[in-house]
Amino acid sequence: MFYREAGQYKTTYAADQQIFPIRQDRIGIGVILVLALLLPLVASEFMLSAIAIPFLILALATIGLNILTGYAGQLSLGTGAFMGVGAYSCYKLVTIFPEVNVIVHILLSGVFAAAAGVVFGLPSLRIKGLYLAVTTLAAQFFLEWCFIRISWLYNYNASGAIEVPGREFFGTLVTGPAAGGISRYYVVLAIVVVMTLLIKNLIRGRIGRQWMMIRDMDIAAELMGVRPLVAKLSAFAVSSYVCGVAGAMFVFFYLGAAEPAVFSITLSFQVLFMAIIGGLGSLVGSFFGAAFIWILPILMRVGLPALGVDIAAETVFQVAQMVIGALIIFFLIVEPHGLARLWAIGKEKLRVWPFPYA
Amino acid sequence: MRMKTLLAGSVLMGLAASFVAPAIAEDSVYIQLPTYRTGPYAGSGIHIANGMSDYLAMINARDGGVNGVKIDFDECETGYDTQKGVECYEQAKAKNTLVFNPWSTGITLQVIPKSSVDKIPVLSMAYGLSAAADGNTFPWVFNPPDTYWDGLSAIIKYIGEQEGGMEGLKGKKIGYIFLDAGYGREPIPLLDNLAQKYGFEVLQYPVAGKEMQNQSSQWLSIRRDRPDYVVMWGWGAMNPTAIKEAVKNRFDMSKFIGVWWAGGDEDARAGGAGAKGYKSVSFNNVGADYPALQDIKKLVVDAGNSHTPADTIGENLYNRGVVNALYMVEAIRTAQEMTGKKVINAEDMRLGLENLKIDEARLEAIGLKGMIAPIEITCSNHSGHHPLFIQEWDGEKWTSATDWFSPLTEEVTPILMQASKDYATSNAPWPTRDDACPAN
Repeated sequence: MFYREAGQYKTTYAADQQIFPIRQDRIGIGVILVLALLLPLVASEFMLSAIAIPFLILALATIGLNILTGYAGQLSLGTGAFMGVGAYSCYKLVTIFPEVNVIVHILLSGVFAAAAGVVFGLPSLRIKGLYLAVTTLAAQFFLEWCFIRISWLYNYNASGAIEVPGREFFGTLVTGPAAGGISRYYVVLAIVVVMTLLIKNLIRGRIGRQWMMIRDMDIAAELMGVRPLVAKLSAFAVSSYVCGVAGAMFVFFYLGAAEPAVFSITLSFQVLFMAIIGGLGSLVGSFFGAAFIWILPILMRVGLPALGVDIAAETVFQVAQMVIGALIIFFLIVEPHGLARLWAIGKEKLRVWPFPYA
Repeated sequence: MRMKTLLAGSVLMGLAASFVAPAIAEDSVYIQLPTYRTGPYAGSGIHIANGMSDYLAMINARDGGVNGVKIDFDECETGYDTQKGVECYEQAKAKNTLVFNPWSTGITLQVIPKSSVDKIPVLSMAYGLSAAADGNTFPWVFNPPDTYWDGLSAIIKYIGEQEGGMEGLKGKKIGYIFLDAGYGREPIPLLDNLAQKYGFEVLQYPVAGKEMQNQSSQWLSIRRDRPDYVVMWGWGAMNPTAIKEAVKNRFDMSKFIGVWWAGGDEDARAGGAGAKGYKSVSFNNVGADYPALQDIKKLVVDAGNSHTPADTIGENLYNRGVVNALYMVEAIRTAQEMTGKKVINAEDMRLGLENLKIDEARLEAIGLKGMIAPIEITCSNHSGHHPLFIQEWDGEKWTSATDWFSPLTEEVTPILMQASKDYATSNAPWPTRDDACPAN
């Protein structure tokens, strides 16, 4: 009843092909964008720095993985390493060319991650499925080894960690320890929103359709004129680019300094779970998944003691882990296609409400 | 459509906002203790966490806090994970913690740049960045009583004594088995320096963090290379594994020396009878006979206000947790005396840490005489390079193998100053101290 497109006539091709053809969706997006812009007015520093910023960055990383795994059907366990390539190349760029704007560096660092992704994506032309997952696992271990062993990558620091220097963007400090949560939040929000929009259009277009054809049946796709080499490697390149940018942002706008251990297999799995819980092959699902895996545990850890439940810190931690685990199983039983599918079903129901079916 | 998630997110965030509003009671100060009772490093972390919270609880129960100001503390589980560590730091900042004890070199490295901006002192007791001992460059970071480089130089000095003087080190082979992370790599520059100076050879055996419990290849190499001594920089599950492997490979345990973090009772106990003779450098004595520890037992543990199993009181890592809490309490006391305020804030706490002085008389009054050497932190020296000693595992407990002795401070200081200068240049613009240290 509320969510019904009846009466919304499309009179031009442009109107018919827009990203959100339904008016209610457009209004919803507008409201959410305004809320996101106004968030710093009400949010505490903790909410911005420890919840909102990493949530947005991890959602972007999940989108990166979703391109490869959800849209192009190539399973990858190397997300953490590709994020690391982005972070380390951004660090090198910032220290070699300190006068260039840091945002340019962040966007450029994805190019290095894309190159690494293409190299490790080459085996995908011969192997599929779990076998490919194993080669991306090799990428994960090899790249992590590089971050530990090649001291040039971290400028021969005695600590072996990369530290983020303070950099300005139009006169406001956006990176480094002195940068406030609000300025970092707006930069992250802007990058994530713009990149999501670009990816959305990429996926709706010719390239995205090629990826999905490869995913659904590669032989049929090849017979119809899709070149697997181009389609698969472009998926690896775009996916790694997005992951690389997310990795650079993760260090520059959230962590502030990073050891190689940050980009371990744990991060790869974290992002993979976000993609699976949110729903493979869905952009909105990437945001759902990131929220579920990142925000929920923090809310439980912060929330339970604040509600007056007096339990020890490690018990909260373990209870949160168990509840998250149980919820993952629950959601995957109820809806194997992730939270995005639940959302879609919800919208269908809203459309015909108050009737059970149209 | 995608943005609808954000709506859900914002609602959740709104909920979060209502949770993190701190409630500060009258006459109390807040300290957050980042701890890890879960994960691969929990074997070491649990004892540390118990020691810290029990001592603070005892001070509250016995003395009603520090000069009548209660210490309100809670734990934040990091799992030794840097992501969670940053989250704990943000939480601690929101609740106005007096001091942040990261208990992980990785988390320390992350919070060092933030500490001077947020004006929260970082107390990394004998871990973290060695260069942070330079108080002129790192006014907000403290690493008493010794840096890793002091620890390593003490071990080399001890080995030299065993070989009949430092010239006896010439031509020796010293193996270095370490956790391949910031923590384990920190001492390598000094080790290379000393090797050059004294003419010994260093053989490195890195152990990757996720391979901690599988060290057979490293120990096979050690068996092949036959180093005269092996020095270990391990933590968590790495230590018991290394000691078990050393026993299995019949390495002479008296020539196997760990840093203070490789000196847990459970670490050595894992090696069984064969671990007898294993050594580790230390800055605190073991044993539960100190009056303050008896008070903990009586007022906190026996009263049922703690998770601590009574028989772990007095173990090495437990006592070390107590030492960490002791530094905090004494720093609060010092800050109160210096500022004349009862309820101090984080900036006063920094002042207290910077002028921290615990002498024999004070230790006696606290009830910990003999457990640690007297310490003094100054404005320009945030570590102090205090005396250390070597302890030996006798099969059941740790015993002192040597008296207190000084590390090779004259070797450490120059490269420490250089490292701190390098850190400041590579992180330019590095904030300078607002209040210059008096020249000394």
